[in-house]
Amino acid sequence: MPAPIRLRELIRTIRTARTQAEEREMIQKECAAIRSSFREEDNTYRCRNVAKLLYMHMLGYPAHFGQLECLKLIASQKFTDKRIGYLGAMLLLDERQDVHLLMTNCIKNDLNHSTQFVQGLALCTLGCMGSSEMCRDLAGEVEKLLKTSNSYLRKKAALCAVHVIRKVPELMEMFLPATKNLLNEKNHGVLHTSVVLLTEMCERSPDMLAHFRKLVPQLVRILKNLIMSGYSPEHDVSGISDPFLQVRILRLLRILGRNDDDSSEAMNDILAQVATNTETSKNVGNAILYETVLTIMDIKSESGLRVLAINILGRFLLNNDKNIRYVALTSLLKTVQTDHNAVQRHRSTIVDCLKDLDVSIKRRAMELSFALVNGNNIRGMMKELLYFLDSCEPEFKADCASGIFLAAEKYAPSKRWHIDTIMRVLTTAGSYVRDDAVPNLIQLITNSVEMHAYTVQRLYKAILGDYSQQPLVQVAAWCIGEYGDLLVSGQCEEEEPIQVTEDEVLDILESVLISNMSTSVTRGYALTAIMKLSTRFTCTVNRIKKVVSIYGSSIDVELQQRAVEYNALFKKYDHMRSALLERMPVMEKVTTNGPTEIVQTNGETEPAPLETKPPPSGPQPTSQANDLLDLLGGNDITPVIPTAPTSKPASAGGELLDLLGDINLTGAPATAPTPAPVPQISQPSFLLDGLSSQPLFNDIASGIPSITAYSKNGLKIEFTFERSNTNPSVTVITIQASNSTELDMTDFVFQAAVPKTFQLQLLSPSSSIVPAFNTGTITQVIKVLNPQKQQLRMRIKLTYNHKGSAMQDLAEVNNFPPQSWQ
Amino acid sequence: MIKFFLMVNKQGQTRLSKYYEHVDINKRTLLETEVIKSCLSRSNEQCSFIEYKDFKLIYRQYAALFIVVGVNDTENEMAIYEFIHNFVEVLDEYFSRVVIMNYRNVEMTPESIILLFFYLRLMGTKYN
Repeated sequence: MPAPIRLRELIRTIRTARTQAEEREMIQKECAAIRSSFREEDNTYRCRNVAKLLYMHMLGYPAHFGQLECLKLIASQKFTDKRIGYLGAMLLLDERQDVHLLMTNCIKNDLNHSTQFVQGLALCTLGCMGSSEMCRDLAGEVEKLLKTSNSYLRKKAALCAVHVIRKVPELMEMFLPATKNLLNEKNHGVLHTSVVLLTEMCERSPDMLAHFRKLVPQLVRILKNLIMSGYSPEHDVSGISDPFLQVRILRLLRILGRNDDDSSEAMNDILAQVATNTETSKNVGNAILYETVLTIMDIKSESGLRVLAINILGRFLLNNDKNIRYVALTSLLKTVQTDHNAVQRHRSTIVDCLKDLDVSIKRRAMELSFALVNGNNIRGMMKELLYFLDSCEPEFKADCASGIFLAAEKYAPSKRWHIDTIMRVLTTAGSYVRDDAVPNLIQLITNSVEMHAYTVQRLYKAILGDYSQQPLVQVAAWCIGEYGDLLVSGQCEEEEPIQVTEDEVLDILESVLISNMSTSVTRGYALTAIMKLSTRFTCTVNRIKKVVSIYGSSIDVELQQRAVEYNALFKKYDHMRSALLERMPVMEKVTTNGPTEIVQTNGETEPAPLETKPPPSGPQPTSQANDLLDLLGGNDITPVIPTAPTSKPASAGGELLDLLGDINLTGAPATAPTPAPVPQISQPSFLLDGLSSQPLFNDIASGIPSITAYSKNGLKIEFTFERSNTNPSVTVITIQASNSTELDMTDFVFQAAVPKTFQLQLLSPSSSIVPAFNTGTITQVIKVLNPQKQQLRMRIKLTYNHKGSAMQDLAEVNNFPPQSWQ
Repeated sequence: MIKFFLMVNKQGQTRLSKYYEHVDINKRTLLETEVIKSCLSRSNEQCSFIEYKDFKLIYRQYAALFIVVGVNDTENEMAIYEFIHNFVEVLDEYFSRVVIMNYRNVEMTPESIILLFFYLRLMGTKYN
């Protein structure tokens, strides 16, 4: 058999292949040759063959048949063989293969070899793919090597120790004595790897962290030497001495100084020195400065140092290099919460970055701009942000629109400005607006009573031209339905009133209904609007009746249902029609959760209005209502009254009633979904009062014992209680569901019902999977209103999937502690 | 923590790859093509750090060769950027003109590939 070709030839041959198929063919031929050569147990060429196999593996072809050959190579005495063997082991083997355990003995022998290079190879391999068993067996040897004086071996041993600690954290104690002298080395290689080892140990164990704090002065000294020492050709990178080591040390200092005043104080000087002395003309210097800034921000540094750090970031922003600007924006985003005023100074630069070409920079700049918006700069910022919304990529539009809405809601200087801004967003990015923005906007419009005429006029004008953007059309349809009379009477004060007849209004609504571009939801809005206009318009009632009766036979079930009901309203309940279709009252304003973080004061002092303090578990009523209804088995949630989501918890009670038998819920109204907003809003409003008046969990009544409400089949549910001092009839129950079996429970749904005299509000759960072995819990909050102070009782229903089958269980909870309801 | 280190040419052929975490072999080629696609679509004006799935990519172009390093969130991107350059300089020094001259066919002797791997291992572990 001729000698197998060398690796170099193989590479050359493969390079000549012009197509993927040709390459595959060549590789398969070579694989076959290698396989037969392995079978012949040829010692001389094994090394070459395995090298070729590794190359082919790198290109993406399977090479598992070479694993045993690697082991044979490792066992050989020749250095070249061992080298390829270990390399192959690192690339082809990992702890999933059973074969790897055979290596343990070889590695053990090689760790004690006379040649340092062989020892080095063994350390490298163990540090790369050692499994926990191997690590346990060989940790002693590694520890011994960590103490040698040979720096070549010492640095490799340190890295190997890092891997051992990762795999078997209990062995960390073993390496502790060896670390005493690690930092005394002169050799940078050893220093670097020792710092890595120390970092790893500190991150894993708080005891180690406390123990290593005493090393801070030494680290500071090393860093100082690095900066002050002159040119050293061995470690120089673009004029800075060993920047990689500097960055590593800075990172370790960050971990050590976090939450600790003494260490932070010891570091202050050196951090200031690094920050001021490092040369920033090259990327290297900037990398070190970046790490320094991150460290300053994380430890308990003095304020002067923090201002210095932010100024450095500001300087980065002005730099021409994109990378640096990106990095600066990212760090500013992290610090904007804590050092808000300092970041505000750089606001104009940040806003300029919105116009940058680079996508990553634009995204960061957008997030940062939202964080910086406050009452003083809202007008200017909004102008920039709206311009950005116009010109940015589609993937940003949704987030940008939501952010603008949030900012506008919090800091709008005037109602008219607010409405103008909303209109602008709807018209430019209308189709990207999130679905839940529509009810929010409607609520906002309802609340600004004096602007109704202006709003409806503008909306009408907007959809005259183009009714393809669904959120815009939905809002417009709703407004026209509500305030159509103002539109027709032409009483707008804010701007030139337009002359619109009732027929024109109905025309536009009908075209929305007919248009192919309108979704089912939009059509629903339009139909309801037309219906509402029957009480507000005087001469076109017949036309409205006709339209409504046409849709009584629509294919869309939702539309059909509505039309039939409205028809009934015309025929049988005409006397009630005007009462039912009255104007909507002003709604309770409840805060919403937006995609960006809600910054509490944004750098200005203002009497925090109640709306801007979002209670931690207070989502907007629509979403929680939807969640509640989702809980009840996916009832079709049709926003018949999109503006009265507060009625949903009450009506949901009707369904819950059916599900759970004899426990009645208070205030279950007629479950007919005809619009009846007026009587229902007052009911759950006091629950919402509980929500919007104060952050709920600030008065944790101490000492109400928690109970185990349910424990069966490995599923345990615990209730913990809190009482609000402000509203003594509200009890807040937090449930925690945990799972002690060996399989996860998925699609977990928790439902509850209470007796007639109570009211219940269920918020959305943290997740729907209960992980096995009690590794995590699902948390959900229940608010119970108990005005008559009766004994609390509850029936719960649990549904989940476990071991492939759907499980369901009902239970009654009676063991509530008296403090929770008295 | 470095997740992987790739050297890929403009046509998308992988010249060198080193993974520091186990990734299935068929997923590797997929990952490499996606990564190189996002790097190729960037112009010179744009920054070298890309957010891809749950890690960050830091790439640097040398003639027709892209060196891409994938890291997780805790890493200092600019230090890695320097590291890439440092790596190229070492290659340049060690293998003399092999790398710089022939970017289209990065030819390496068998010993060089092996040493390259070992060097990568050492450098990489320092970042893990």
